[in-house]
Amino acid sequence: MKKLLKVIPLLVAALVLSACSSSDENSATSESTTCSPESLATVEAGTLTIATGEPAYYPWVIDDKPESGEGFEAAVAYAVAQELGYDNAAVKWVRTSFDAAIAPGPKTFDFNLQQYSITDERKQVVDFSSPYYKSNQAIVSFKGSKIEGVTTLQGLADAGAKLGAAVSTTSLDVIETQLGLKASVFNDNAAAVTALKNKQIDGLVVDLPTAFYLSAVEVPNGIIVGQIDGSDAGDQGFGLLLSKDNPITSCVTKAVDAIRDNGTLQAIIDQWLTSSAGAPVLK
Amino acid sequence: MTTPVLNLEKVRKTFGSEVVLEDITFTVPVHTATVFIGASGSGKSTLLRCINLLDQIDDGQILLDGEDISSADVNPDEVRKKLGMVFQSFNLFPHMTVLENVILAPTKVQGIAKEVAVEEALQLLKKFGLKDKADQYPDRLSGGQQQRVAIIRSLARHPRLLLLDEVTSALDPVLVNEVLSTVRDLKSEGMTMVLATHEMGFAKQVADEVCYLHNGRILEWGTSGEILENPTRPETKEFLRRVHDAGRL
Amino acid sequence: MSNKSGRGSYEGATPYDFGGPWSPSEIELARRQARKKRNQRSALVAALSSFLVLGTFVIVVVTSPGWETLRNTFFKWAYGFEILPKIILGFGTNAMLTVIAGTSVAIIGLAIALLRTSRSPALTPFRFLATVYVDVFRGIPMLLVILLVGFGIPALQIKGLTNNVLILGTLAVIITYSAYVAEVIRSGILTVHPSQRAAARSLGLSHFQTLRHVVLPQALKRVTPPLLNDLVALIKDTGLVSILGVTDAVRAAQIQTAKTFNYTPYVMAAIIFLLVTIPLTRWTDRMLRNSLEKQNAQGQA
Repeated sequence: MKKLLKVIPLLVAALVLSACSSSDENSATSESTTCSPESLATVEAGTLTIATGEPAYYPWVIDDKPESGEGFEAAVAYAVAQELGYDNAAVKWVRTSFDAAIAPGPKTFDFNLQQYSITDERKQVVDFSSPYYKSNQAIVSFKGSKIEGVTTLQGLADAGAKLGAAVSTTSLDVIETQLGLKASVFNDNAAAVTALKNKQIDGLVVDLPTAFYLSAVEVPNGIIVGQIDGSDAGDQGFGLLLSKDNPITSCVTKAVDAIRDNGTLQAIIDQWLTSSAGAPVLK
Repeated sequence: MTTPVLNLEKVRKTFGSEVVLEDITFTVPVHTATVFIGASGSGKSTLLRCINLLDQIDDGQILLDGEDISSADVNPDEVRKKLGMVFQSFNLFPHMTVLENVILAPTKVQGIAKEVAVEEALQLLKKFGLKDKADQYPDRLSGGQQQRVAIIRSLARHPRLLLLDEVTSALDPVLVNEVLSTVRDLKSEGMTMVLATHEMGFAKQVADEVCYLHNGRILEWGTSGEILENPTRPETKEFLRRVHDAGRL
Repeated sequence: MSNKSGRGSYEGATPYDFGGPWSPSEIELARRQARKKRNQRSALVAALSSFLVLGTFVIVVVTSPGWETLRNTFFKWAYGFEILPKIILGFGTNAMLTVIAGTSVAIIGLAIALLRTSRSPALTPFRFLATVYVDVFRGIPMLLVILLVGFGIPALQIKGLTNNVLILGTLAVIITYSAYVAEVIRSGILTVHPSQRAAARSLGLSHFQTLRHVVLPQALKRVTPPLLNDLVALIKDTGLVSILGVTDAVRAAQIQTAKTFNYTPYVMAAIIFLLVTIPLTRWTDRMLRNSLEKQNAQGQA
């Protein structure tokens, strides 16, 4: 009997635990009717917290200093902030890794921009604003590689190209699905670029503006083999990334639409992004 | 007079600044047994290790059958072909059977064919009443049996001289006798031996000469009757008294 | 009842009457009854307590609000089995790496251990280098070594030196693990009683023969458990080369997860690793037990 008595505290503990794990009531999310710093439900009241990658590359951000507003995405970010009514002092920058932000779960930022392509799968776990840019994927390589001079997509396969991309990017999808090749998969673009510089991969697939930058600046004797035709067809463009069902998503989308409509966005594109005329199209 | 099997002349051994053996001089004629007695730390084990060239002496000479084995250009492995040594414990190789233990040296060192070595080994084991243990692992044997096998193993090399370093000190008193009996058998077959021991029984029954070692010096020597019953030096007397009180005499 | 104080002796005749007919006394029978009852009670309590605790735990987990989400996110079996072939393919890389690295590490580790325990004056500079090597590679995280060897060396663009990530990654793993294994084997060698070596030398065995026939067999047997531990660790650590762009089981799972944001692929990968490592650890336990039993029969003479 004494031993049975010892079991009772366990029972009590278990009952207490199950009582504690009952969920809180979820408050209904309501859409903000006005879009201003006072009414937007940002992570930090009165401040717009914007996230980007670590490091943030040219031409998206210059010198890895988004606070300067220099660089395509830095400029877009400040334009959107201004549209929402935040002056530059009310903007705070944080850094996240690429795939950490796409993963489901609460975020430490209001929106994140680092060349996130809008996809249906991603939309199931995060919110996107309307697109602010669309571009093809392109292949960066180096002079003397086995894919230099290739003019068709089939030519890539024939040359036995070893192509690389960062995990969880649409670039990886392009290699596997559109090109049907086996990819070398890296944790991030930085690692992939290292491998390319070491000639451990023949080519790296990234979006076109990044490809221009890498081939001109990062990769010694870098070249762009070409843009991958049709890689933007399924691509809904780059969007600002927000946590799922975020109440401020509609306001942010409105802001992006506004700067597109009033020409601000095009001006930013013209200022920071080279025309795509320089890169041949691989079919 | 025939050359003695072993001859030590003024052997000295130090470990760092500590003098462990001093002025050791003695002779071991063939077919005789010399027993060293003395307290722990008196240098008995070191003496035997020096004879077997496991430790290097710091002065003096060691002659085996008249040849200087302590000289600098001697190959210890060659010398050890003529010597056999058994230690206090951890003699047998636990990962091999008794038989494998005994044939290891003959097959690997002397290059004797395995069948021949096995035959000889079984003969030896049979002679000392341990043939039925041939395929057992050492841990299945009693301490006394293990030491006897260790002795037999060293005999497989047909050594000129057998060195026994406190071979019963780790044994249960009940098991000491079987080892003593084996050593007695060896003596009666004419094996030349040097023993270091606490067991006065060995001294009494086997020794042709007993030497009392005290702090690294041979203080007294003589027949076992002389030393054990009529010691002259006070140190010897004191030692024997202590041994007697401990019930080992 | 005999009076046992004072002087006395056994009255019976020899040979002694052991093993004759005997049946338990009343006292013994009563004792047995009491013990049986107590054991039954203990078993009942054990069963009841286990049932209650585990049952409660399961109930709490399954009825908690996050359970459905948890189950879908981590344990979506249908999806898991759909992508399983890709993960198994990736695991092929892990397996191959383990075999190649494992064999090399065993050889190199042994060589370094022997080098460190040798006393030959001719080998002094090598002994010193071996010590430096062991200290360095046990002190640097293997991830760093992989990055240094896999990315750093090719950056030097030395002619004739491969820049294949798989080869370099394997090399990095081998270099690191050999340091650990060398130390394990060395410690095994050092624990063999010096009398064993003395006995072997006294029998006339050379230094090399002593090592081969007496010291190493014992040393290796002794360190088999930690060595097999290292093998299991190796199987898991092979996944780190995925940083260099090699697709192994973990990376394959990561790629799938990144597409669907469902973590079941990770669970599948974990299961595959367990399917290999658990039998291995149980087998090594059994092997060790057997070899110890054979060697250490407790004084049966």
